Amino acid sequence: MTPSSSTPDSRGRSGVSRRGFLGYVVGASTLVVAADLRLGTPAYAAVPSPPQIAELYDLEDLQTDAARPTAQMITIAVEKDGTATFALPRMEVGQGITTSTAMIIAEELDLPIEKVRVSLAPARPELVFNQLTGGSNTTVSTFTPIRVAAAVAKGALLEAAAIELGSAVALLESKAGVVRAPDGSSITYAELAGKAASSTTRQVEVDLKPASSFEVVGKPANRVDARDIVTGRKKFAMDLDVPDALPTMVCRPPTLNGSPRALRNRGAVEAMPGVSDVAVVDTGVAVRARTFGQCIDAIRAMDVDWKPGPIEGESDESILAELRRAEAPLAVPKVPALAKAIEAKFTFMFRSSAALEPYAAIADVRADRAEVWAGLKSPIVAQEDIAKATGLAQSKVKVNVITGGGSFGHKLFGDHAIEAAKISQAMGKPVRLMWHRADEPRQGRVHPMATSRVRATHLAGQVLSFEQRHTSVETDFSHGLGEMLTSSAAELPAGLGNLGFAESIFALTQELPYDFGAVTQLLTETDTRFNTGSMRNIYSPDVRTANELVVDQLARAMRKDPVAFRLQFLKDVRVRAVLKKAAEIGHWGRSMPAGTAQGIAIHKEYKGATAVLVEIDCRPETVNRKVRDAATGPRVTKAVVAVDAGLVVNPRGLEAQMMGGFSDGLALALTSSLHLRDGHFLEASWDNYFYTRQWNVPPEFECAIVNPGLDQPGGAGEAAVASSFAAVACAYARATGKLPTKFPINHDDPIRFEIKSFVPPVPASPTDGLDHTY
Amino acid sequence: MPQQTFILNGRSLTVDVDDDVRLLWVIRDIVGLTGPKYGCGINVCKACTSHLNGKAFNPCSVRVGDISATDEVTTIEGLADTVDGELHPMQEAWLEHDVAQCGYCQPGQIMAAVAKVRQKGGSVTDADLDEIRNICRCGTYNRIREAIKAGAERM
Repeated sequence: MTPSSSTPDSRGRSGVSRRGFLGYVVGASTLVVAADLRLGTPAYAAVPSPPQIAELYDLEDLQTDAARPTAQMITIAVEKDGTATFALPRMEVGQGITTSTAMIIAEELDLPIEKVRVSLAPARPELVFNQLTGGSNTTVSTFTPIRVAAAVAKGALLEAAAIELGSAVALLESKAGVVRAPDGSSITYAELAGKAASSTTRQVEVDLKPASSFEVVGKPANRVDARDIVTGRKKFAMDLDVPDALPTMVCRPPTLNGSPRALRNRGAVEAMPGVSDVAVVDTGVAVRARTFGQCIDAIRAMDVDWKPGPIEGESDESILAELRRAEAPLAVPKVPALAKAIEAKFTFMFRSSAALEPYAAIADVRADRAEVWAGLKSPIVAQEDIAKATGLAQSKVKVNVITGGGSFGHKLFGDHAIEAAKISQAMGKPVRLMWHRADEPRQGRVHPMATSRVRATHLAGQVLSFEQRHTSVETDFSHGLGEMLTSSAAELPAGLGNLGFAESIFALTQELPYDFGAVTQLLTETDTRFNTGSMRNIYSPDVRTANELVVDQLARAMRKDPVAFRLQFLKDVRVRAVLKKAAEIGHWGRSMPAGTAQGIAIHKEYKGATAVLVEIDCRPETVNRKVRDAATGPRVTKAVVAVDAGLVVNPRGLEAQMMGGFSDGLALALTSSLHLRDGHFLEASWDNYFYTRQWNVPPEFECAIVNPGLDQPGGAGEAAVASSFAAVACAYARATGKLPTKFPINHDDPIRFEIKSFVPPVPASPTDGLDHTY
Repeated sequence: MPQQTFILNGRSLTVDVDDDVRLLWVIRDIVGLTGPKYGCGINVCKACTSHLNGKAFNPCSVRVGDISATDEVTTIEGLADTVDGELHPMQEAWLEHDVAQCGYCQPGQIMAAVAKVRQKGGSVTDADLDEIRNICRCGTYNRIREAIKAGAERM
C-alpha cells in the first residue's frame, strides 16, 4: 500500500515484482498519479487442441492483450478540495462502471465514494485499442491499473502526512480522506493534496490491499448518478447546452440504405416554420430547426427523389433462403453405428439493438477544427471516421464521450457522430442531431438473422459428438474490435490469426462447456448489405439457445433430468456451482400444472458463469390475454439467476445487470424481432418492436451471487442474456411439448400493428395526448 | 408569432411559438428543461411522461396551443416541489431500490409511477403495475415494480 523501493531482480513480467506494481507520481501543482492501463493482466497459455479456443483464451484476453503494446497512462488527481478525480477511458451506458470505478478508487485510496468523481475521457488516440467499451471487459481490464494509481496516490498522501504530522508512514492510518498519527493529530487529503504534489515525475512501487481487507469493494453500493437521474438532472448528448446547436433530423430513405438523389421542394421546406437549414447528405435530407417537432414536420413535407437501397425487394424469406444455401455441412464424425443422433435446426430473426435514447450527437464542424459530443463506445474509431468524412486532421477533431441512454452494442459505432459532423459541415453551423424513433429499427444497427444447425450423437449414456453450424448475415466488427484482432493476430493462439474477424470472434466467445466428445462449432457468414453490430452478447444468445435446447433433448433421450444431466456432463466447477444454486433456490423439479413448466440453462463466458431457472405459463388464458398494441403470449412468472462473475466490485450493480440481461433474453425468446419485407423493416415504434414491457415481466425475480473466491473480476453486462434466452426457450419447450425452432416464437404470427408509412419516413406527431391522461 | 402561457413547475411562463408545436419541444428546445426525454414522439414509449394538473400525460402528443394559462405542467424537475421534503417519496424509493441503470427512461417512469399510485387510490397490485407502458430498454422492470410499491406506501 505504501511506496517502497523496488528490487529489480524480483520483478517479473511488465517490470513488476510478485507483490508490487509500478506507478508514477506525476509532476503537477496538486497530487497527480498515473498507472499503466496494461497492468496486472495475467499471461494466458497458448491453446492446445482439443479444448475449444474460448476455454483457454477468450475475447476478454484478446481485448486485454491487445492493449499491451501501447504506452498508455491513466491518471488520478487528488484535488485541493479533497476529492479524487479520474477520467475513465470507457463509456457509461447504464452498466454502472462509473459507480464501480469510484468504488475501486475509494477502496484503495481510503476515501468516501462521494468524494470520488469519475468522468468519461474524450477520445484519446494514444490509447489505440484501449478505449473500447465492449465485451463486458471494462472491469476486467481496468481493475488493477486503477487500483495501482489509487494506491500510488495514497502512498504520496501518507508521505506528505508523515512530514506534516512529524510521524512515520508506517505508523499513520488513513480513513475516509483523513490521515491520523498515533498522537491523535490528523490532516485531511484536502490539506495534503498540494503538499503531496511533485515537481517532477517519479516512479514508485506499491502493494495493493489484500481482498480480505476490502471495505468498499464487494459491498452493495447505489449508483453514483442515481440522484441526478431521479431529479432529471442527468444529461445525455441531446441535453447538452452547446450554443447554437439547433435541433436537426434527417429524412431517411424508404428502403434500407437507400440514398437521396434530390430534394424536389427545397424552397417550400426552407420556408416552413422554425426551419433554418436544409442539406442533402449521403444518408438522407437533413433539416435544422428551432425545435425537433418542426424538424419532424419538415421531414414529413419533403418530396425526395430516392435511389433504392441494396436490399430492395428482399424479405425475411429470401434472406433466410440465402442463409440456408450458405450453411456449412455437418462433418458427421466417426461414431459407432448404434449411436443415436439428435438433429435440430433453429432460425433467429433480425432484431434491433436500439436503446431508448436514439442515436444523437452534437457536432460543431468549422473550417479548421471540429468538436463532437456523443455516446460512443469506440471514440477513437469515431474520431478517425469524422476526420476522414470532414477532411480534417484527426488531431483537429475533438470527440467528447457522453454517458449514453443505453447501448446494447448499438453505440459501438459512431454512425450518429459521423452523420452529425457531415451535416454540420454541409450547413456550416453547429447541429444537435437526433434520429427519430422510426429511423432506429428501420435504418439503425440490427442483430443479424442467423440459423443454427446442431447434430449430437449419444450411445450408452455418453454423448459422443456435438456439432454446430451457425450461419449468419455478416456482423459488422469495424468499430475497432476487428482492428484489435488484426493487430494482435501474430500473437494469438495458433490458427486464430488465419480466420476472418467474425470467425475469430466467434471462436473467442463460443464455448460449449460440456464433455460431449467431438465438439465442433463453426460460423459461416453471408450478406454484407445490412447495418449490423454486436448486439449485447454477440453470438452467444442464439448459439447457446440452440445448444441448450438440444441438451434438453439429449437429456430426454437418455431419460435424465435436465439438471442432473447437465451436472453430469459439465466440465467446469464454476458452472456446476451456479447451476446447483439456481436449481436450489428456484426449487427445480417442483410440481407444475399442465401448460406451465420450469426451464433451466447455463452459460459460461466473460470469465464467469450464469445459470437461469424460469417458470413459464403457456396456458391459453395467459397466452391470449389482451393488452392493447402489445405482444402478450406466454408469460414467464418467475426467474432466478445465479451468477459467478469472479470478484464482484458492486453486488447491487451486478444484480442490476442480471435483471437487465434477463429482460433481454426474455424478449429474444418470446417477443422481439424485426420483419423484413420489400427491402425494408416494418417496425417503427416500441409498439411494433416488442421489447419486454411490464406485462411481460416475471412478477418474481431473484438473483443469487455465487462467490468463487477469486481475486480478479469477470464481466457482467452481457453475462445473463444467453442463459436467460435459453432458459425461457427450454421452459417453453417443456410446457408445450413442442421444440421451438424459430425465434422469437411469435415472429410468424400475423403482424399485429398498423405498418407506419415509409414515405414520409416518420409518423405525424399526435395531438390527442390530453385524451390519455391518468 | 403567438404567445403561449402556462404554469411550468409552479411558475407561470410565456413563450413565443406556434400553437402547433408539441409541448415536449417547447419544454426541451425552447425553455431548456431536459428532464422529460424523447424516446418516440408518438405517445408510445412514455419517456416524456410529466403531469398536467396532477395527472400523467405525454407532452410529445399535446399541442402547446391546447394548454391554457392556468394549466399546471409538472416535469420531473418540479416533482419534489409538490411535496414537503427534499425529494418526492417516489424519488426516495427509487434511490433506495437503486432502480436506474442508464437513467434515460427514469424521469418518465417516476412521473408515471406517482400518477398510477394516485389513480389506484394509494396502493398498487401486480395487475396495476402491468398497466404501466413506459419502456425501460435496460430492463430494470422488477426494481421499478418494487420501488413503486415502496413509494406508494409513503405517498
